[in-house]
Amino acid sequence: MDLPLILIQALNAVQYGLLLFLVASGLTLIFGVMGVINLAHGSFYMMGAYLAFSLAPLTGNLLATIVVGLLLSVLIGALLEWALFAHLYRRNHLQQVLLTYGLILIFESLRSRFIGDDVHSVSVPAWLDFSIPLGDVMTYPAYRLFMSAVCLLVAAGLYLLIQRTRLGSQIRAGAANREMVQVLGINIDWVYRLVFALGVALAAFAGMINAPVTAVAPGMGMSMLIVSFVVVIVGGIGSVWGALVASQLIAFADTFGKVFVPDYAGMAIYIVMAIVLLWRPEGLFKS
Amino acid sequence: MIRISLRRRTLQCAALLACATLAVAAHAQPTGPIKVGLMLPTSGTFADLGKKVASGFKLYVTENGGKLAGRLVQYVELDDESDPSKANENANKLVKRDRVDVLIGTIHSGVAMTMARVARDTNTLMIVPNAGAAEITGSMCAPNVFRTSFSNWQPGYATGLLAARKHKTAVTISWKYAAGDESVRGFREGFEKGGGKVIKDLHLPFPNVEFQPLLTELATIKPEAAYVFVAGAGQVKFVKDYAAAGLKNSIPLYGAFITEGTLEAQGEAASGLQTALHYADGLKIPKNEAFITSYQKTYNAAPDVFAVQGYDAAQLFAAGLQAVKGDTRKKAEMIKAMEDAKLESPRGPLSFSKSRNPIQDMYARVATGNRNVMTDVIVKALADPSPDCKL
Repeated sequence: MDLPLILIQALNAVQYGLLLFLVASGLTLIFGVMGVINLAHGSFYMMGAYLAFSLAPLTGNLLATIVVGLLLSVLIGALLEWALFAHLYRRNHLQQVLLTYGLILIFESLRSRFIGDDVHSVSVPAWLDFSIPLGDVMTYPAYRLFMSAVCLLVAAGLYLLIQRTRLGSQIRAGAANREMVQVLGINIDWVYRLVFALGVALAAFAGMINAPVTAVAPGMGMSMLIVSFVVVIVGGIGSVWGALVASQLIAFADTFGKVFVPDYAGMAIYIVMAIVLLWRPEGLFKS
Repeated sequence: MIRISLRRRTLQCAALLACATLAVAAHAQPTGPIKVGLMLPTSGTFADLGKKVASGFKLYVTENGGKLAGRLVQYVELDDESDPSKANENANKLVKRDRVDVLIGTIHSGVAMTMARVARDTNTLMIVPNAGAAEITGSMCAPNVFRTSFSNWQPGYATGLLAARKHKTAVTISWKYAAGDESVRGFREGFEKGGGKVIKDLHLPFPNVEFQPLLTELATIKPEAAYVFVAGAGQVKFVKDYAAAGLKNSIPLYGAFITEGTLEAQGEAASGLQTALHYADGLKIPKNEAFITSYQKTYNAAPDVFAVQGYDAAQLFAAGLQAVKGDTRKKAEMIKAMEDAKLESPRGPLSFSKSRNPIQDMYARVATGNRNVMTDVIVKALADPSPDCKL
């Protein structure tokens, strides 16, 4: 096990972790700010991937696909919040789980009905379709580097939004004390709607940019959902910074688990989660 | 002497006559419809495969006027949802409630194994049109359980022979589950038979699709060839990741099912990929050409290996029925006829081992455009040794 190999594996882990962050950040925002357990989050990731698949032939370029896809996701997110999730804030977690689980089933059925069950593919945009040589046998796809850069930009953007803008302070206040924020004259309903739409958009965006390097297929939301929940719990519910750190931790556990202990690699991320929870039951960071 | 009234006597006679008639009828040749229980997925990941198998089966029956051995065929269809936890209940429903004459299913090996157990316990005839688990015709084999598809070992073995033609060292990558293990074992045996050596087996947990770490490891090991076994969406991702990692030209990739049904999604990344399977596009066999035309005309779509497997399940069942002239009560004779059957399948000549697994030719194919085109026959009449079957 030599250094160049370890560095390349670390690169694999970092890139995977940044993708996880994108999905988990939306989940942790919704969970942390609004107290809603959103099991349907994986379905939003899937929705993003299928949007990329459906829009790509219509728009012809990645940027346009993402812009249109994001607009649609924000709209869908706002609509869902208004119709369903707004009623969940006062309910207990079991009812939230039931409703969002029902949403998963509905999304899967809709997908099956309108798009079908076949496995699909989205092409990497031509200008990114090259590889950088790493050593004499292997190359690293430029698109994955691009993805990582984009995820970092989004992370920075989220930080700025939440810590440095007025809206961000409203969000943070609303998470701490919903009633007090309303007393202060801020329309908390719209703040929540925005946060939810943002969460959906983040998950869908992850689905869209990851689509060219994965298969767009039934059930793709479920595997992503489970790992995102692990990341959110390890990072601390409601903490975006926690999601960033935890996603890297989980990605490294998964990647190096496969390399060093392939027979137990399936358990690696859960073992990490168990260890973190034993040490810090509330996760690594407070919200 | 007790006097019995005339009315009573008439009633007694009538009852006796009725009983006699029923008794005679019960021993007569069954002429009612044959019930075929199709337990296949119509929802979920394998829905498409289930549909293909069913349509292949029904095509054979339609080609024979909707009848087999002179009796009409009635289908009892059930969505098994590829869910092993519901398999027992579902299989029993078909066997006990619907009293099917034959159980056909399924795609998912876990479900198929439970179905096979139910079939064994109730002595119901069963034909597996896809699931490749070794146990079905291995440790759990039974006289009344047949398979018209393959055992996971077979395509792996054939691919091993294929890869050994040009390479001396290989590394395998698969999901760590029964199907992956069996396929890799087959590859290793075939590859070593051809004079090669498998240096390392890489695996990742099922159904994880983050392949990057393993591809990086593969690149450092630098074997002459690689063999992969993953299925479904994983197939598409793996082949694309493999090409994106620059390995396509430096370490040729081999597989069995890796390009089945997913060539369009895999695109350029799969072009030139060599595989070995018991079916291929462009097989110049008259029966295949007739089958493709018939299927295309009936369903307005092209058939695939799963449709062939379904079609052959019907052929096999028909062979058994013809031997007993449709009398499904003569189970032992039906089974013997099926065991000895020599079918003309669209895939070529098809017969069965003692373990009831197919003996079939394996073809080398190369991915060309959207088709897996046959290049030549790797091995004729390949049988799975099924060492664990005690039949």
